[in-house]
Amino acid sequence: MEIMEGSRAVAEAVKACRPNVIAAYPITPQTHIVEEISRMVADGELVSEYVRVESEHSAMSVCVGASATGARTYTATTSQGMALMHEVLFNAAGLRLPIVMTAANRSLSAPINIWNDHQDMISERDSGWIQLYSEDAQEASDMIIQAYKIAEDHDILLPVMIGMDGFILTHVHEPVELCSQEKVDDFLPLYDPIQYLTTENPLSFGTIVYPNTYTEFRYMIHEAMKKAERKIVDVASEFQDKFGRYYGGLIDTYEADDADLLILAMGSVIGTAKDAVDELRSEGKKVGIVKVRCYRPFPAEAIVESTKDAKAIAVLDKNISLGYEGALYTDVKSALYGKNGPLAMGFVLGLGGRDINKKTIKNIVAKADKAIKSGIFEAETEFVDLDLEVL
Amino acid sequence: MKLSIGSVTKPGSTRINKTGSWRTFKPIIDIEACIGCGTCSMLCPEGSAYKDNVSGKYAIDYDYCKGCGICAQECPVKAIEMVMEEK
Amino acid sequence: MQEELFAPGHRGCAGCGAAIAARLILKGSGKDVIVVSPTGCLEVISSPYPESAWEVPWIHSLFENAAAVASGVEVALKSLGRKDEAKIIVIGGDGATIDIGIGPLSGMLERGHDVTYVCYDNEAYMNTGIQRSSSTPYGASTTTSPAGKVSLGENRPKKNLPAIAAAHGIPYVGTASIAYPKDVIRKVKKAISIEGPKYLQIHAPCCTGWGFDGSKTIEIGRLAVETALFPIYEITDGKVTSVKKIKRKPVEDYLKVQRRFRHLLKSDRGEEAIKNIQDIADANAEKFGLDL
Repeated sequence: MEIMEGSRAVAEAVKACRPNVIAAYPITPQTHIVEEISRMVADGELVSEYVRVESEHSAMSVCVGASATGARTYTATTSQGMALMHEVLFNAAGLRLPIVMTAANRSLSAPINIWNDHQDMISERDSGWIQLYSEDAQEASDMIIQAYKIAEDHDILLPVMIGMDGFILTHVHEPVELCSQEKVDDFLPLYDPIQYLTTENPLSFGTIVYPNTYTEFRYMIHEAMKKAERKIVDVASEFQDKFGRYYGGLIDTYEADDADLLILAMGSVIGTAKDAVDELRSEGKKVGIVKVRCYRPFPAEAIVESTKDAKAIAVLDKNISLGYEGALYTDVKSALYGKNGPLAMGFVLGLGGRDINKKTIKNIVAKADKAIKSGIFEAETEFVDLDLEVL
Repeated sequence: MKLSIGSVTKPGSTRINKTGSWRTFKPIIDIEACIGCGTCSMLCPEGSAYKDNVSGKYAIDYDYCKGCGICAQECPVKAIEMVMEEK
Repeated sequence: MQEELFAPGHRGCAGCGAAIAARLILKGSGKDVIVVSPTGCLEVISSPYPESAWEVPWIHSLFENAAAVASGVEVALKSLGRKDEAKIIVIGGDGATIDIGIGPLSGMLERGHDVTYVCYDNEAYMNTGIQRSSSTPYGASTTTSPAGKVSLGENRPKKNLPAIAAAHGIPYVGTASIAYPKDVIRKVKKAISIEGPKYLQIHAPCCTGWGFDGSKTIEIGRLAVETALFPIYEITDGKVTSVKKIKRKPVEDYLKVQRRFRHLLKSDRGEEAIKNIQDIADANAEKFGLDL
């Protein structure tokens, strides 16, 4: 166990996975990850081709070319950088390339803002990338190793992005236990592509597909996503066996068994919510947490199962689908449809780095309590701590 | 046929598409006049003008020739004539 | 039958210049190459699933990122210890290369990747229906720079990408035309033999987009060179090391045989424009010393 910055913890995990090719473009707050990887390459600690590209679009494109050639690839980005990658993200998934990427989650412009929320990854929800969110630096680090194992499985062959909250996790110093190279080598075999660019078998990649088979190709990606649900759970267990750490499968729960009210959220806010729940529990309030680790594929079944005995759920979204509501809230309600589940309430919070503390969580719990008692949730979407004075 | 992962395809597989059916005019090579220079072969967009290894002269693979007429146009000895296809 | 690395059965128009370019490039490279193609006519005509005209490993990703994808292929081969397996060639149109993909291309050239980037230049967006690109020549009518009552068509000269490429300090830049096939083959052979980034721009007339009979693809290409509107030269280590000398013809000889320039022959203002085009040709001839 060593105290280190979250970005370094991620870089160390990347190093342990021995990627052949890394391509990245600097953007706040992802920079410390790629700076640390650059240092490792400069010092000869990591023997990889590091490509200092001229944009995030090219970062992902270099990964596409390298992955299609049979290489293990890594990149990291956030916010505007991820938005610039947008079309390449869809392309990487459609070409079935198991690229792994860290997203130092950050808001999207305008107005420009460099701080944390989940709008960047949420906006790439439909890209065909597996989306995982991490709660702390240790999880962000360990998920890199798990991500390659998931992505490169021949039944999956999909890219994986791992969210870690910008600044909150990228720049925090926490005790982290790094995985030994020997154990990682044992856990994660070399990438064994089913097909790649080679003169020995000169295949064509990225052909044009007509209406007669396009639906089937999209269905194949969808099917691989569904298979990934099982794979993510299995890899989490295998990782636990090997390294002794476990973060849950598609979801994780905290104080959930007898809870009347469950908080559903993703990312670092789970840590804050756990502290708030501990205090509320000591006051006798039956509150618990469902931590959504995997957003795509969406763990609908696991969410229905974990919430079925609660009276109400409060869904926390660090994003907003403008003109509607938080994206997780929409998906959770859709999962609960027709299931006779709990009353569901949506809260949009923490946008652009707005602090979320224990009090924020307790206020949400108080609102939920009121709703449970009255049976009515007043606001369609509650904007937490919204300052009406300045509007 | 099962679809491939990521819509990958096999090399040279357009050969199943016999584009000779597109043709309106057909190049006819006058073997006597042909000097075997290979200009027609070099400039054919389909690669359908080929050298007959026995005669050293050139011939057309009508399976793929689209009848564009570049060969006739560029033949240095005007040994190729474009004639209307009879269908 | 001879080895064909760009197989027949592709969907190119009868008389397609891009298909001729692809064949010639692969004749120059041989089979030990990996080809990257951006979106465009050549990509579409050559890879209708479940078919492919490519006999060499080939990848298409997106419209603007071929140079970055090729960079990735190159570093992957290096990292996997497969560098000797293949040379890497990009074959892309002028829209993908000179417009939308110029950023990734500049990045690839600047970073020094061992990739030969070949642009087949047909001077407009042909795949989408002949829209103007920055490589469309002055005076050409396209579907987005149409000649009209107050317009003579495209009002800007071709962007000079060979000069921009050369400004990156890369070891080799060349231009060629499919009208001179042996020159294309020689330049491709030469380019791939040099370590580092190389840029080749190959003039590839498009019968459908420019408006001429498919049998004239080569003839039109030759006229572009003979009028000095498409000068053929090589730049090695920053210096012009060879030019194709010509017995020069007036630009009208080239303009009058193409529908895209036909409007220039019909008015006084068109006559002015033709003078301007002649000026462009004269400047090219002087700059490169083209006249025999």
